[in-house]
Amino acid sequence: MNELLALIFNLNTLAAALRMATPLALAAMGGAFSERAGIINLGLEGLILTGAFAGVLGSYYSSLPWLGVLLAMIAGGGFAALFALFTIRFKADQVVAGVGLNMLALGLTTWLMQVLWGSRGSSPNVNGLPEITIPLLGRLPFVKVFFIEQSPLVLIMLVVIIAGWYLLFKTPLGLRIRMTGDHPTAADTVGINVRAIQYFCVIFSGVLAGLGGAYLSLGHLNWFSVNMSAGRGYMALAANIFGQWNPLGGFAASLLFSFTDAVQMRLQGLNLSIANELIQMLPYLLTIVVLAGAVLRSRPPEALGKQNQGGDE
Amino acid sequence: MNVVELKNISKSFGNSLANDSIDLAVKRGEIHCLLGENGAGKTTLMKILFGLYSQDQGSILINGAEVEIKSPRQAIELGLGMIHQHFMLVGRLTVTENIIAGREPRRGILIDYAEGMRQVKELTATYQLSVNPGARVEDISIGEQQRVEILKALYRQAEILILDEPTAVLTPQETGELFAVLKKLKESGKTIIFITHKLKETMAISDRVTILRDGKKVATIATSATSPTELARLMVGREVILRVKKAAAMVGKTVLQADHLTYYHKKNNRQLEQLSFVIKAGEILGVAGVEGNGQQELEELITGLSRNSQGKIFFKGKDISSWSIRERRYAGIGHIPSDRLKRGLIPDFNLEKNLILGSEWQQPYARKGFLDYKVIRENSKVIIERFRIKTSGSQALVQDLSGGNQQKVIIGRELRREPELIVAAQPTRGVDVGAIEYIHKLLLKMREEGKGVLLISAELDELLSLSDRLIVLYEGRIVASGNTVDFTEAELGLLMAGQGRGGVKNGPTE
Ligand SMILES: Nc1ncnc2c1ncn2[C@@H]1O[C@H](COP(=O)(O)OP(=O)(O)O)[C@@H](O)[C@H]1O
Ligand SMILES: [Mg+2]
Repeated sequence: MNELLALIFNLNTLAAALRMATPLALAAMGGAFSERAGIINLGLEGLILTGAFAGVLGSYYSSLPWLGVLLAMIAGGGFAALFALFTIRFKADQVVAGVGLNMLALGLTTWLMQVLWGSRGSSPNVNGLPEITIPLLGRLPFVKVFFIEQSPLVLIMLVVIIAGWYLLFKTPLGLRIRMTGDHPTAADTVGINVRAIQYFCVIFSGVLAGLGGAYLSLGHLNWFSVNMSAGRGYMALAANIFGQWNPLGGFAASLLFSFTDAVQMRLQGLNLSIANELIQMLPYLLTIVVLAGAVLRSRPPEALGKQNQGGDE
Repeated sequence: MNVVELKNISKSFGNSLANDSIDLAVKRGEIHCLLGENGAGKTTLMKILFGLYSQDQGSILINGAEVEIKSPRQAIELGLGMIHQHFMLVGRLTVTENIIAGREPRRGILIDYAEGMRQVKELTATYQLSVNPGARVEDISIGEQQRVEILKALYRQAEILILDEPTAVLTPQETGELFAVLKKLKESGKTIIFITHKLKETMAISDRVTILRDGKKVATIATSATSPTELARLMVGREVILRVKKAAAMVGKTVLQADHLTYYHKKNNRQLEQLSFVIKAGEILGVAGVEGNGQQELEELITGLSRNSQGKIFFKGKDISSWSIRERRYAGIGHIPSDRLKRGLIPDFNLEKNLILGSEWQQPYARKGFLDYKVIRENSKVIIERFRIKTSGSQALVQDLSGGNQQKVIIGRELRREPELIVAAQPTRGVDVGAIEYIHKLLLKMREEGKGVLLISAELDELLSLSDRLIVLYEGRIVASGNTVDFTEAELGLLMAGQGRGGVKNGPTE
């Protein structure tokens, strides 16, 4: 039994979890920024998918994977800008617009794949991002597994999460964002440009989700397949809530979800006499349980999902 | 020298004219009251000055120079600061964060919190606005929150402060403290525009007063040259009886008895402790207290909106503690809720539907499961006429009525059921002087007809002039009770703040 546990719960599982957490944590941080500014972003799922597709597209035509990453961020930001236009400018219902964005992204990427590559299932292989080893950290005992032959996007994610936390809680912009999501009229009356803050946050969330998508198609694998995001956007939303609208919290929650996922995969590999479908349910089950608990204690931004009334009328 | 001059300002919302060619001149260093009933256009005018609304016509001069103010940011740059009727504060942020937001001291790219804290402390010391800069705003009192609002303006170097009905949320003691602060600000050369509909405050604090009525300017006068009666007349446009007269009470049997009501509220831990009182037929029992000391819980318990209390409630001798809201209504308890738009009305329903809420499934309004609109319309016509509700008709949406008329809709609906007890919570809140006069008359009429009235109010004047007996709530307990005539206003103020000597004044409460 102990051996079995050791086989499952070890640093390698954790390293796998960290990799799998990367797109989740990035998108969760996107969710944190968007919702801290008062906009519910259900479109994360579609934004991840868009990012994954654009990443492969960029790499396919240029053979430069980094250009693919850049294109993924631009595409995510661009789609998010469209979402922002509808929800902020035209005050469309945020939930409806978010779901619409997801459907648009799924349809568009599937169709484009057909048109460009004549395939319904997946794209051709492209150049993925090369794995790197960090010189010094890669030699430390224990933690070296995290820094040897690691995807650069995992490391970038860690830096982005920390920077995001600083941005949100230590800078003037962060304070203004938090004020906007809680009380847009108050922000307005002290001369904060509420609209600009909201546009920035929503577009930024798209850039982050797009980056997360690029990890799926260029960091983890090196092709795109239909509906590649597979619900990660919704998991990211859950991680964001569980993480209390805080990039660090969202990262921790993502790690927890991914860890369960990694354990689940190991379990499947062990050929236990349990149906695989049941084991595969584990991460989702955990998401539900954790969320049920977290929602009870959580405190969303006060004006989340409400249309801003600032300015004239 | 005029620091602010508004010339010929007009502003309409849809086809209602909120400001109609208003002129206003405010001198440097004065406290200038803007007096008017609810809906007179005071807030609108000041929001135009502060860049929150844009005027349809007219011009604004600051220090003699014509300016265009398109946003609060511009207003702030011109030295204006506005303390809104509904505080513009974020509860989960600290006092300092709320004050510096939008104009943060920086160190590199980060906020310099230490410097922000220092500046806030300096301001609190200069103007004696004591408040803890590190506290979360949701944890401090309403009075302190208001000081944070003032500090926000001062931090932005405001020279002209606009306060929109600042005393509405304060206890009499806090009002006194606010007035002291305002005088201090005036001494240091600031100009203050003080919006209110209260005559007493206008007389107490202002140098000059401008009266608005129905969106028009009526007059600007020096406060020393006027009287409350004259101000009331200018404000309402006719002679007003400031205090109602009432006949001696003809007390009958006990209608309601509360017996050691105790209620724990888990969320913010507000509670009622061991409340006992009776209301007899033909009397008004007033409940005095600063908001948030258990009034809302009491209202909810008596009407059945919440039921998990300890202790018992008897209505006409029957224990109704576990009865549902509907059972209580049908037994004869009427309710004028404190939050009329949330609990008393459905704002986007029309008048006739609002007037049958709670009876909609019953004869004669419903027959065999279908609504009978002919009867419903007839009913609304009767109530509109009887209660003089000013409206375009029974099809008008309730949200388009003024506060006073909305209140009349509720009162009309409740009285139509001929209740024997009416729970009237803040019945004149946000209602203009004319309607207040009318609502007071109705409550007194109920009393004369031998009904019981539980009057929960934050207005001392109202409590003192209407109720026969009073109980004072502080932190969920009755700290004093007795006949109304035995309380003075000053004494009540102290009791409400948890200070004065309480106890039972001669006269039965139990
Ligand atoms: N944002 C708005 N939209 C529509 N009508 C408004 C708005 N603000 C105020 N009004 C109307 O304008 C009139 C004046 O309102 P207001 O300036 O708030 O009065 P006061 O502050 O004197 O009570 C009222 O009839 C009110 O209903
Ligand atoms: Mg007003």
